[in-house]
Amino acid sequence: MIEVKGLVKIYDDGSNAGVKAVDEISFTVEEGRFYTLLGPSGCGKTTTLRCIAGLEKANGGEIIVAGQKVYSANENTYVPAYRRPIGMVFQSYAIWPHLTVFENVAFPLRVGKEKVSNTEVKKKVTTALEQVELGGYEDRMATQLSGGQQQRLALARALVREPKVLLLDEPLSNLDAKLRERMRFELRELQRRLRITTLYVTHDQIEALSMSNVIAVMNSGVIAQEGGPRDVYLAPKSKFVANFIGSTNQLPGQVISVGSDAMGRVRTEDGEIACAILEGLKPGSNVVVVVRPESLNVHLQKPANSANVLDAKIGAAMFLGEYLDCTVELGHNVLQTHQRHTLEIRRGDPVWVELPPAECMALPA
Amino acid sequence: MSTVAIPTTAKQSSTLDPALLVPVVGAGILIYLAVLPLFMLVMGSFQAEVAPREFVYTLKNYQNAYASPHTYSTFVNSLIFAGGSAVMTFLFGTTLAWLTERTNTPLRSLFVPIAVIPLILPGVLESIAWIFLLSPKFGYVNVWLMHLFGLQSAPFNVFSLPGMIWVHSVGQVPLAFLMMTAAFKSMDPSLEESAMMSGANTWQTFKRITLRLLAPTAGSVLLILFVRTLESFETPALIGIPARIYVYTSEIFLAFNEYPPDYGRGGALAVGLLLLSSFGVWLYTRATKEGKKFQTVTGKAFRPRQFDLGPWRWAGFAFLMVYFIFVVLLPFLVLFWASFLPFFAAPSWSALDKLSLDNYRYLSTFRPFWEAMKNSIILSTLTATVAMVLTSLVAWIVYKSKLRGAWILDVLAFIPITIPGIVMGMALILLYVAFPIPIYGTIWVLLIAYVTRFIPYGMRASSGSILQIHSELEEAAAASGASWWETFKRVTLPLLRPGFVAGWIYICIVSFREFSTSVLLATGESRVLSILLFTMFEQGQVTIVAAIGVLMIVTLLTVVGIFYKLTGKVGIQT
Ligand SMILES: Nc1ncnc2c1ncn2[C@@H]1O[C@H](COP(=O)(O)OP(=O)(O)OP(=O)(O)O)[C@@H](O)[C@H]1O
Ligand SMILES: [Mg+2]
Repeated sequence: MIEVKGLVKIYDDGSNAGVKAVDEISFTVEEGRFYTLLGPSGCGKTTTLRCIAGLEKANGGEIIVAGQKVYSANENTYVPAYRRPIGMVFQSYAIWPHLTVFENVAFPLRVGKEKVSNTEVKKKVTTALEQVELGGYEDRMATQLSGGQQQRLALARALVREPKVLLLDEPLSNLDAKLRERMRFELRELQRRLRITTLYVTHDQIEALSMSNVIAVMNSGVIAQEGGPRDVYLAPKSKFVANFIGSTNQLPGQVISVGSDAMGRVRTEDGEIACAILEGLKPGSNVVVVVRPESLNVHLQKPANSANVLDAKIGAAMFLGEYLDCTVELGHNVLQTHQRHTLEIRRGDPVWVELPPAECMALPA
Repeated sequence: MSTVAIPTTAKQSSTLDPALLVPVVGAGILIYLAVLPLFMLVMGSFQAEVAPREFVYTLKNYQNAYASPHTYSTFVNSLIFAGGSAVMTFLFGTTLAWLTERTNTPLRSLFVPIAVIPLILPGVLESIAWIFLLSPKFGYVNVWLMHLFGLQSAPFNVFSLPGMIWVHSVGQVPLAFLMMTAAFKSMDPSLEESAMMSGANTWQTFKRITLRLLAPTAGSVLLILFVRTLESFETPALIGIPARIYVYTSEIFLAFNEYPPDYGRGGALAVGLLLLSSFGVWLYTRATKEGKKFQTVTGKAFRPRQFDLGPWRWAGFAFLMVYFIFVVLLPFLVLFWASFLPFFAAPSWSALDKLSLDNYRYLSTFRPFWEAMKNSIILSTLTATVAMVLTSLVAWIVYKSKLRGAWILDVLAFIPITIPGIVMGMALILLYVAFPIPIYGTIWVLLIAYVTRFIPYGMRASSGSILQIHSELEEAAAASGASWWETFKRVTLPLLRPGFVAGWIYICIVSFREFSTSVLLATGESRVLSILLFTMFEQGQVTIVAAIGVLMIVTLLTVVGIFYKLTGKVGIQT
């Protein structure tokens, strides 16, 4: 549905080179999927989205939306924003304050190329508003809606033209935490029901993990890793991705051996660890072993036949309700872990930490 | 224990609570400054002097003022002058703001400071400079164009309604420019982008979104320009009166300048103008309130969406250059040039020989010039200081004191904005001509007039910074045992400084160039520079006038510069 090939966008900032906000990005969004661009602030997510929307003219590459080539540097094609079959929701919602709720949603129908009769407009607007549960608010001024309602209004406006593609730029970031959680769910439900191809931009990993079919993690203008939520979370391919999504522990070391099953051993300052080794790493490579806090097991007795058990001491422990957040001190490294609150420990207690080999990954340092 | 915890008991025990005294005194001062003159004006407009010092109540003044054959033409002239200027100023200001703010015109950011330069050119000088340029007899532009194209008659005549509109407009453009720039800046570009994403093309977006969103602001800018033109007297005095094109303000001036002066008729005309401008201000406040509704929620700074003008950006650049050279620079140049001439002559090789410093040499020993210079400097600095101190206090009471009825002070401080300069002059004449303390004819009556007129500007500057001060800061000071005055002096006042400095500089500039009030109140000893310019120009000493103008601009820049330096240093020390 959306195909982006080798997209480049350079902003003019007065310097000769300019700012390369997007650096040869390529990806494909299949029909009906929910695709997320995830990355830290300033990595070029919005820029990518705006290039697809046509609000920004790219400097290289090709963009195809619903089979139509809307931008191509080689063929010098550029379809203006208003001719692209795209609906978009902005971070600030961009609700027009001089129009009523009804007129806001009716606008795309009124300015469209083909004429829509008034009765048809009425029908479509009502349907769109009901879809987002804003039925009955037609005659209000748009500014008299709450933040969450404005957000849904923006969504209704983007959908009323029945676009082929929906673009969303951090649509939830202006809502408070509770509402954000609910909207996350509702947005995803709506997308499933309408089966509309959606490109979503966010810097919030929870949003990305919980809503997407596919996530592309971006870093300074390039895609660092693309995959399903489980892939990027459980099998990060770089230190950046491991760090950016969820919290991780890192143990620097050196590969000793690599087996045939992609498992191998790494020597760290606190002992040897058996772990998965990323493809391409050879014995002798400098690596970091990453392991999620919730993967670690803390034992009060030394477990008998487990691999990767290290001597440790409890550092700080904090009761957070859902779990116990505690740090364990190895000889040289400190690990953060999440444990069940039934674990009875005190600062300074000697313990044994188990790092399950399947959940440890050696990544290039 | 300290005095902090027991303000209520203190109130009961002492009859003179200072915390209550201040607002009462403040209200007293404001009533005295803003309300009393208006009261005298209205009274005076209904009185006629039947015998020396003997008055009767009558409607004759209104009959004289509004039933004369002039009335209709004055009304129409005023309307055309004010309406035409408002539209022209608006178009210029909006175009400049749009080009510099929302397009990719080359070097656009360079033109932002350039566009406000005309602010330092007093209205009287603006008019004089354009007479030099566009007079049908000797105006440079006319002479050149006639020479260039072999024309028989001058293509432009500044002594006409279009001429008045042109001259007044170019002086007002900075105001429109600043207001429209703010409007463009505060507009969320995604409002336009989301229209594009809804399938609206550039023109539909402009028509259905951009224009509609700007409409309330545009409306109030037009309104304020209209009212200000209606109230202005510089162009009507220097161009209108010689051309026998009379507007409201000139009628008031002429009633006063008759012999004997007809205060009654002048008062009646002034009341009419006052009502008109009050109505305008009322509409304006309503329109701005409407406009506020349109302001969208986010308070963040937007990255403005810039229109790619394509090759047209060079047309935009050409427009900016032409504007800069012909509208901003030319008036300054012509004044500068003329100030070295013994008599007015077109720039030519022969005129080049006649250039000399004679005008400046003459001025160096010309007493009235030094008197006026002294008066202008004293008045502008003193006005700025008094107005800012007063409005700081008032703004503090209004926004911070939590006293019941404090809003009344706010209303009182807003009244002067509705009073046209010449109406203020008229009202103060009526008040002080027979005042027990003989201040009429001195610069003190001018000080009163200026302070009163510029209180609203001071209020805007002061309240802006006062609202940013958190009450906790002051409460912390009070809790540490500081008295009310100590708190105000040591905590509040320093925090007010940025607003104070900005307000001071602005009031200093507008006082220095003030003309329409002074023209009635400044006589003989109390003459200020703008009035000296006016009288000497009427007497035909035009090249000396140009020299005075040059010195006036230099002085204004120096005063502002010194103040800026001084306060800047103080700011660093504390
Ligand atoms: N109009 C512009 N002119 C110059 N530089 C720009 C412009 N727009 C974006 N940039 C720069 O391009 C880079 C990418 O910006 P972009 O807005 O795409 O980031 P983002 O990933 O959406 O970040 P955020 O999460 O903060 O919204 C940033 O370094 C930014 O400063
Ligand atoms: Mg962004």
